[in-house]
Amino acid sequence: MRMHRRGLLGIEALSREEIQQILDRAKFYQPLQARTGNKLDTLRGKTIIHLFYESSTRTRTSFEIAAKRLSADTVSITGKGSSADKGESLLDTLNTLAAMRPDAIVMRHSSSGAPHFLARFLETPIINAGDGSHEHPTQALLDALTILDHKPSLQGLRVAIIGDIVHSRVARSNLHLLTKFGAEVVLCGPPPMLPRECICFHPAVKLTYRIEEAITDSDVIMMLRVQFERQNAPLISSANEYYGFYGLRLEHLKAARPDAIVMHPGPINRGREISSEVADFPRSAILNQVENGIAVRMAVLDLMLGKQVPEVRSDNSK
Amino acid sequence: MDLLIQNGRVIDPSQGIATQADVLVENGRVTAIQHNITAPQAQRFDASGLVVAPGFIDLHTHLREPGREHAETIESGGRAAAAGGFTSVLAMPNTQPVNDNVAVTQFIIQTAHECSPVNVFPIGAITEGSRGERLAPIGAMHEAGAVAISDDGMCVMNSNLMRQAMSYASGFGLTVIDHCENFDLSAGGQMHEGFNAVRLGLRGIPGSSEDIMVSRDILLAAETGVRFHVAHLSTAVALEMVRHAKQGGLPVTCEVTPHHFSLTDEDMKDYDTNYKMKPPLRSRKDRDALIQGFADGTVDAIATDHAPHAGSEKMQEFDMAPFGITGLETALGLALDRLVHPGHITLTRLVELFSINPAKIAGLDRGTLKPGAVADITIFDPERRWTFDVNQTCSRSRNTPFHGFSLRGGPVATIVAGKIVWQVG
Repeated sequence: MRMHRRGLLGIEALSREEIQQILDRAKFYQPLQARTGNKLDTLRGKTIIHLFYESSTRTRTSFEIAAKRLSADTVSITGKGSSADKGESLLDTLNTLAAMRPDAIVMRHSSSGAPHFLARFLETPIINAGDGSHEHPTQALLDALTILDHKPSLQGLRVAIIGDIVHSRVARSNLHLLTKFGAEVVLCGPPPMLPRECICFHPAVKLTYRIEEAITDSDVIMMLRVQFERQNAPLISSANEYYGFYGLRLEHLKAARPDAIVMHPGPINRGREISSEVADFPRSAILNQVENGIAVRMAVLDLMLGKQVPEVRSDNSK
Repeated sequence: MDLLIQNGRVIDPSQGIATQADVLVENGRVTAIQHNITAPQAQRFDASGLVVAPGFIDLHTHLREPGREHAETIESGGRAAAAGGFTSVLAMPNTQPVNDNVAVTQFIIQTAHECSPVNVFPIGAITEGSRGERLAPIGAMHEAGAVAISDDGMCVMNSNLMRQAMSYASGFGLTVIDHCENFDLSAGGQMHEGFNAVRLGLRGIPGSSEDIMVSRDILLAAETGVRFHVAHLSTAVALEMVRHAKQGGLPVTCEVTPHHFSLTDEDMKDYDTNYKMKPPLRSRKDRDALIQGFADGTVDAIATDHAPHAGSEKMQEFDMAPFGITGLETALGLALDRLVHPGHITLTRLVELFSINPAKIAGLDRGTLKPGAVADITIFDPERRWTFDVNQTCSRSRNTPFHGFSLRGGPVATIVAGKIVWQVG
């Protein structure tokens, strides 16, 4: 496994095989992730630092629970209250933490590429828990796992990703993963949030500015939050204006496949990008995603830090 | 001591010379260009196989002194210039304090006189503190030695103020140099707006932020009659506007940096901040248009935009790091390797881009080897293969994307007023 003792910075650089290996391991952890009574010994004696420079509820909790279910020791630091407040540079902070010999650093940062920049200088593996508008690899992995709970394969699926694409690390990681597995990805949003250059990602990526068109015949609908905090000036006049044209409502779903599922990485804003009825309807997989987050993060931590099972070479005949 | 440069290939576009000859320098001035000069008293320099050209002039250098001496000084920047084959640099005014008054102008000239191996010509600010609010004392700075005016990096957004500056500067025959950037359009931008910015999740800087200001300034130059020079032009559209202005007979000129003709927005890897500068590395289409602009004569000069930043300043998250890279020591090598050897331009054109053209733009009595001219001379080897090692740099800063680049052609010796101030090791 290439990931062993190395970090996980993004989906773009991973091969399909590497992703499959994580998903397979996550499937193994799916039934185990909720067993709060018996911790697994997999990462006993390992120390993981969770460093969050940007606010997070589900990702941070999910990573911590995943680590604890595998018996790792965890330390959690937020940007506020850390030495960043005292003017220390990010690299100095990370060098300081690395000197305490953690086995991995899980980090979230508002700057795109912050973990990639650090990885050039640190030996400690870094797991990217979201960097600015760039990537959020474990989110894409848990999304894939969730889709596979409902569909036999990613191959040939039509996945609509709707919302503030330009600022979304979830959209980027997902489109890299989905296209590697042969899915068609339809990106949808108002033009200021959906750069035309997005078609250059992959031949299987399509763009549309009309939500109805994006949803038609789709197997999976992923809704994204509008990231007002990353917009220099508001890209759209009001939340109501946005909801009127890009909010997902129950009536939209008639155009999708009858077994289509609705996903959302959270946090959700009811009445802004998704109606309450859709968020709570039976084929909404939103809480399923949250559950799978723990299994996926257990898999990533295990593959990266656990005892490595020697890989069996397939061409022993030589 | 007199100097006899023997057997070089003398290329001086100001006189239409491109021939094998000797160059004699006496009392710091060129006195003869002929075959087989005899000057028994003179120091000899064997230039066989080398090009002997009028001293190169960089229109766009940041020397950081006064105020940010940890990143560069007039002395260290001057040594880097000499090591790059430059005999003169124009110092941009965005120091701390800004060169917006006679005292700072005089300080730069005096310090350069004492410490710098190359000539340093200050550029004065257009507005006080380059804040874009009130005009600086342009006439007084010019009298003190400022050779042009610019609010480099802080493009004057108020079009009426820019018009007044151009109008006033025209009375002194001063060239107005503008860093063309509309800050409303570039706000928060980190790299060229395009697929790579989208892929990397970095906010883009659209070409229009440059093009709009280039077009504004050309219109204002036409109305005021000032000589207007576009700093570090980087887009195909802006180039086309300059081409059009020239065809209309306007006194409009432009420079292009080595990084903009060598690299594109596809080259940045791993959020390396040594690829972060303004204007940003543009698309391949823009880069190709710039090379065409060199070939067809639209581009007037190669300028480095040498912008040193201390290591700690660049060792940051991409969106936190300052814009700018160093460039004095790699400019000539890149120009030979990327423009001359692929056949885009001739050696004569390269010399013109580095010498007589910048001299004319800044109104300097340099860039020529005419008898009587100050003996600023650049000697280079168009064939020498070398690898740029940033650890050997004369600059105090190391923020360059060109570390490890193997180049064909580079400087061999730099002569200022008849004195050899640098020679390749």
